Amino acid sequence: MLKLIASRLATAIPSLIGVVIVTFLLTRVLPGDTAAYFAGPAATPQAIAEIRAKLGLDKPLPVQFVDYVSALAKGDLGTSLSTGQSVAHEITTRLPASAELTLSGLILALVIAVPFGIAAAVKQGSWIDHACRIITTAGVSLPVFFTGLLLVYLFYFRLGWAPAPLGRLDVFFSAPETVTGFYLIDSLIALDGETFRAALAQLVVPALTLAIFALAPIARITRASMLQVLASEFVRTARAAGLTSRTVIITYAFRNAMLPVVTTLGMVFSFLLGANVLVEKVFAWPGIGSYAVEALITSDFAPVQGFVLAMAILYVALNLIIDLAYGIIDPRARSEA
Amino acid sequence: MTAVPSAPARRRSSGGLMATLKHAHYVISDNPVTGLAFFMLLVLVLAALVGPFLVPYDPLASNTMAALQPPSAAHWFGTDQLGRDILSRVVVATRLDLAIAVFSVALVFAAGGIAGIAAGFFGGWTDRIVGRICDTIMAFPLFVLAMGIVAALGNTVTNIVIATAIINFPLYARVARSEAAIRRQAGFVQAARLTGNSEWRIVLTQILPNILPIMMVQMSLTMGYAILNAAGLSFIGLGVRPPTSEWGIMVAEGATFIVSGEWWIALFPGLALMFAVFCFNLLGDGLRDIVDPQRRT
Repeated sequence: MLKLIASRLATAIPSLIGVVIVTFLLTRVLPGDTAAYFAGPAATPQAIAEIRAKLGLDKPLPVQFVDYVSALAKGDLGTSLSTGQSVAHEITTRLPASAELTLSGLILALVIAVPFGIAAAVKQGSWIDHACRIITTAGVSLPVFFTGLLLVYLFYFRLGWAPAPLGRLDVFFSAPETVTGFYLIDSLIALDGETFRAALAQLVVPALTLAIFALAPIARITRASMLQVLASEFVRTARAAGLTSRTVIITYAFRNAMLPVVTTLGMVFSFLLGANVLVEKVFAWPGIGSYAVEALITSDFAPVQGFVLAMAILYVALNLIIDLAYGIIDPRARSEA
Repeated sequence: MTAVPSAPARRRSSGGLMATLKHAHYVISDNPVTGLAFFMLLVLVLAALVGPFLVPYDPLASNTMAALQPPSAAHWFGTDQLGRDILSRVVVATRLDLAIAVFSVALVFAAGGIAGIAAGFFGGWTDRIVGRICDTIMAFPLFVLAMGIVAALGNTVTNIVIATAIINFPLYARVARSEAAIRRQAGFVQAARLTGNSEWRIVLTQILPNILPIMMVQMSLTMGYAILNAAGLSFIGLGVRPPTSEWGIMVAEGATFIVSGEWWIALFPGLALMFAVFCFNLLGDGLRDIVDPQRRT
């Protein structure tokens, strides 16, 4: 198992190198002179030259790259122009908010989509199968920000079940003491039921928005892969041997059908991390996505660059975890390593 | 795709218009859902071409006397905070939204197609470089990469087109690569080589026509995604600027009024967006069933 982890880690390294190079290059293609941009519109040529030297922009490109990488190694992502705050600090404090939202959305999607896909495959041609097909086709056509707004209208304005879509916690509550950064878990640790309920109330609608978005690909692939496994010979043999359909479906078919689902999760994560930015904007969620959006509007590049890099590293790490999970589910993948 | 096609696809030159119409009829009658998708496409194309001449109001003319009115006989889709007619804005926006998607898909079709064919047909270092570029792009969450590209290149519509093309590049390059790779030693390619055609000539006259159908399917499938991506970018304030009519930015403008119950401002542009994406997804699925029946689900 250790060997497997090591070999999978090794495959993630080229991706990481590529990610760092691309985020570096993104700053170099900035239209116009970066130094003039940092100096502001009223700067004299001399001031611009000074800033250029200060930022290291007068050095050759490879040297600048080395500087960038060594700053990265120290955890330095630069400073935001508009707030003067360190980007790395801002991103690490905001990351738990985004992670809590994305993970809740993903878990909700899995809890709904996997049983749904299985039911659709087991009862092929039934109403549940048709419902599955309609939902998966419609689901991929839904712009995630639009779903979010519709849910806000329904649950906040019409029904009044959800609180106003304004962040992680109602203003009357104070955030629980930070342990994990996840409000739900932190408030449980602090044994604060009120705060837990308030945080949950804020989380449900945005998480549901993300779940609706992620549901379609997961349900679709679960259904397709269950159909394939259910038609295979070992399932037929298991049935012929007189096992209950429950055992056949859960123990025999489901475990084998999970492999393509886990593989698809990589793609789902790519979409989810992007969708997360839009959902954060709709619900004024104080995560790294809304941080990047604010910075984009004011043309503040360092936060955007830090955000892109953080997201990409997160995504590479998630893919690594998926690879490892694949090895746990499928013993054959383990022996290949 | 497992089977290697044995003959070049070049039979539609004779027959002309009648044959094309006959084929279209066959395609539509085979699957009514695809027929519906073609009809939806027709609506979209018409709205993009002649919509601006048909709309009842000027999409940019504000009328504060009639601001924030719910849908009525005078304003079917209601009016927004400046009293602009939402129906007119939604229709007029079709042209810009479709143009962004069409241009980005055309761009990536050319770039990804050429890179992929070269990688699959020539192999070797071309293949390694194209593969490495694809891997690097795929290492990013795609929407996030698009945000970064637009932020770096500058906040314009052209750069939204470029960013959308770049994030779709791996999809096209990979399809073209695998389709070209399975044909590089096919009988008709070897025959062409034997009769003295140069390698690039073979690519253009033998490989390209054969992988065109599958690439067209890919175009239709990614078109919906391109529209969603562009609308998402303009929703967060990139690219298109107010007061331009564009579905994503109109939903963003309506977002502030959702909490106070003015649902029509965001609803109608959002529905238009869904309509367009749904249309291209249906179309792509239908075309794929025709071109590549094995992948039918």
